[in-house]
Amino acid sequence: MREFGYHRAYDVTGAVALLDGDTDARFLGGGTNLVDLMKTGVERPATLVDVRELPLNRIESTPDGGLRIGATVTNSDLAAHPEVRRRYPVLAQAVLAGASGQLRNMATVGGNLLQRTRCGYFTDVDSPCNKRDPGSGCPALTGEHHNHAILGASGHCVATHPSDMGVALTALDARVSYETADGPGELPIADLYLPVGKTPHRETALPQGALITAVTLPPTPTAANSRYRKVRERASYAFAIGSVAAALDLRDGTVHDVRLAFGAVASRPWRAYAAERILTGAPAGADTFVAAADAELTAARPLPRNGYKVTLMRNLVVAVLSELAEEAAR
Amino acid sequence: MASSTSSDLTLSVNGEKYTLTVDHRTTLLDALRERLDLTGTKKGCDQGQCGACTVLVDGRRSVACLQLAVAAEGHEITTVEGVADGDRLHPVQQAFLDLDGFQCGYCTPGQICSAVAVIEEHAAGWPSAATADLRPEAGPPPLTPEEIRERMSGNLCRCGAYMSIVQAVARAAEANGAAA
Repeated sequence: MREFGYHRAYDVTGAVALLDGDTDARFLGGGTNLVDLMKTGVERPATLVDVRELPLNRIESTPDGGLRIGATVTNSDLAAHPEVRRRYPVLAQAVLAGASGQLRNMATVGGNLLQRTRCGYFTDVDSPCNKRDPGSGCPALTGEHHNHAILGASGHCVATHPSDMGVALTALDARVSYETADGPGELPIADLYLPVGKTPHRETALPQGALITAVTLPPTPTAANSRYRKVRERASYAFAIGSVAAALDLRDGTVHDVRLAFGAVASRPWRAYAAERILTGAPAGADTFVAAADAELTAARPLPRNGYKVTLMRNLVVAVLSELAEEAAR
Repeated sequence: MASSTSSDLTLSVNGEKYTLTVDHRTTLLDALRERLDLTGTKKGCDQGQCGACTVLVDGRRSVACLQLAVAAEGHEITTVEGVADGDRLHPVQQAFLDLDGFQCGYCTPGQICSAVAVIEEHAAGWPSAATADLRPEAGPPPLTPEEIRERMSGNLCRCGAYMSIVQAVARAAEANGAAA
């Protein structure tokens, strides 16, 4: 591991000033991804600015009935929070489906959004990787890619975003607040992650040196009937091979409002807008749900060994929506 | 930004204060084992995947291999050496002994620290991925074997002593007042 300087920040302005836009410096949150990547040499920062002590660890209701979640709130505290469990169960379920109890105690909301892909070529510094070493190539295209992207990828990178939390936040239209030396800013989570294209090493739209300070959930009555379902290769403590975050509001058997997002299928949490368009105003039922899934998945471009994900996601969408429709009818 | 790559710091472990100078690259796990001679905490994968290095930080279970020692300053660390009450074993330790919750024992310190926290998290009403009804009004779910397995999934045991581990955690939780 490269030697590095360490600074602990106690206020947001101080944290941004300490990092000073330095491309060789990183903010340290829970460290569950960054420290691991430093050990393997994927990340080689010269400086760490520890942001765990910042006063950003609160979850507060907003005046309009939403929820503002500070960036250093741990995954554990987020999933245990009564208002999250009551108003946004999909978010609590997504967080609880990720990692282990130990890691959820360490990991932060801000860090979760900025965690890196677990693609084996990205994490192996001896392999080429366009994300880690731009222009070096992508061995996953012809190599080990059974858990790689089927949506929105490019010939330059087929890695997936590993977050479960981010999938729920994407379904919930969360807004991401950040601070820079030039003042605060905000992005809808749909705009946080950049398209892969030819620049997979450029992952987010955050300005250089920006610090995520909060994630805000708008009031979403639909989310009271919501769930997160994750498919993985063992029952617990594994990354998804496919996941769905969904919220459904039925009125007289018709879809009044719906939110749908996919995990583990793209370089970012994938909002299923095409499926939502089919669903909205349609009668709730298997035919509608299948049509919605197919509308989204026509854009899928699977690789030779991950075509199963198209079928998996189709079945997952239909199963989760059917469960939510049953729940709504109670 | 030029800055020092080492720091003088004070770590608070099991109620004792230790003053040392660390290279910033030192993890809490290596500081405990190599500098403070607290070798109860074990190094398994060193990548946050096995749970052998589980310790409590301000009462919350964490993996010491992904925590930098310098970032642990100011926090109260409890290792397996610190969970007993003097000569009286912690109920989790006693249950592991009584029910053979281990074979080779290498993962056991991590299993014990994790289980101590699992029982407290459950008592505090924290849900898990195995919890059917997440609404806070539903209260803590029964601590079934399924709940224990899910909550303990961050601790691997290569000997496969899981059956006894689940029983030991359940017994210790019962002693603490939890319903199975």
